[in-house]
Amino acid sequence: MIQMNVSSPGLIGMGFVLLFLILMLYFWVFRKDKTTVVLREITAYQKLIRSIHLAVEEGHRVQITLGHGGISEMRGSSALAGLVLLRRVSDVASLSDYPPITTSGEATTAFLSQETMHSAYETMEAERQYDPESGLLTGLTPFSYAAGTMPIVGGDRITTNVLLGHFGNEVGLIMDAAERKGSLIVAGSEDLPAQAITYALANEPLIGEELYVCGAYIQENRVHTASLLTQDLVRWLLILTIIGGVILKLAGVL
Amino acid sequence: MAVIAVAAGLVVLIGYFLPMPLLGEVRALFLHWAMILFAIALIVGVINLARVHWLKVARRQPGYINSLALILALLFLVVVVGYFGPISPVSIWIFNYIQVPLESSLMALLVVVLALGGARLFGRHLSLFSVIFIFSALITLLGSVSIIGFSVPGLDEFAAWLSRVPATAGARGILLGVALGAVATGLRILTGSDRPYGG
Repeated sequence: MIQMNVSSPGLIGMGFVLLFLILMLYFWVFRKDKTTVVLREITAYQKLIRSIHLAVEEGHRVQITLGHGGISEMRGSSALAGLVLLRRVSDVASLSDYPPITTSGEATTAFLSQETMHSAYETMEAERQYDPESGLLTGLTPFSYAAGTMPIVGGDRITTNVLLGHFGNEVGLIMDAAERKGSLIVAGSEDLPAQAITYALANEPLIGEELYVCGAYIQENRVHTASLLTQDLVRWLLILTIIGGVILKLAGVL
Repeated sequence: MAVIAVAAGLVVLIGYFLPMPLLGEVRALFLHWAMILFAIALIVGVINLARVHWLKVARRQPGYINSLALILALLFLVVVVGYFGPISPVSIWIFNYIQVPLESSLMALLVVVLALGGARLFGRHLSLFSVIFIFSALITLLGSVSIIGFSVPGLDEFAAWLSRVPATAGARGILLGVALGAVATGLRILTGSDRPYGG
């Protein structure tokens, strides 16, 4: 006989995930015939799209840094967001003279970046042009990763540097190397100290959840738009819950 | 491939929320496999790193001397740590007297980079938020370190309040957004709409 011990935090967690999934499916299925969703303006993505196309036209290279968070950890979620962007950049720039290059500080993330680019080449039926060396593992500790990435972000043909993933304070060194070359730097991380550093040093910082919405802004993909609408709705629900909790606490009910 | 990935992800997720013994066992098995794969990925990653640098040396690309230093250091470490063991005094000495000082030096360099970055922030995008950012950083710094002959009454308390109330509130707001983004990203992968594993 199957025994089941359901704890209430487990149930709440599952309920939250299910609610999120149902809302995502709702926005995905029922909004498909609607006209385009008007998204809040994020200048980082506008500049990034322009810069990627310019790089392709002018024979420059886009560099994407995915941080040193592993996919088995919570902090790896930002690298997964970076991979979404990498796929889009690969679709646009892979067949140019200078395809994108990625750097990672964690082995699984490095392999996923290689696989993402490989998959883009496969889709374009140009698998032979894929170079596994364009997905580099540059170091395995935060500072060795920064030291290995700095010469790459400051490379000759690199005009756009995107830093999306888990970073610590060392992100400052990577951005400094990129800034010396005068490249466009778009940076976002889920780590709070890294966010403060990217705010100070990046041309276009991505704050908080902005880094997770690149699919909706860059790919214009319906699933990503549905996921963005769900994020917004759930955020409002959480805000109302928090305010409601505060009011109930002040009223002495809780 | 997508079907396997989605099924494995669902089993692990459901096993996390519903502690059923059978599901728990399957989940533990999957996680165990994942740990083995991560370890193998690490080894393959190091070999890949060495290969990329070896090719750089072989092709005499700019900065190949640094790549040569990396390969020699890697070989030296593999031999020494492999022979003496990872927690032997020799290995610990290498860590304490080579790795730690090198990383500390980079950390010290970072202080200068951040100070310059903070100053350049005004020139790059001067806005109300950048002024608040620099002002908060300065107040927190002055409230945290003592400077001889410099004391503003109430500064310590103000800096502590700044860190405790507005900074914590802002940080929680950002973390809430990040958590929602992480859930959305996870669910997109779990439903197979994003496939970083290809396919």
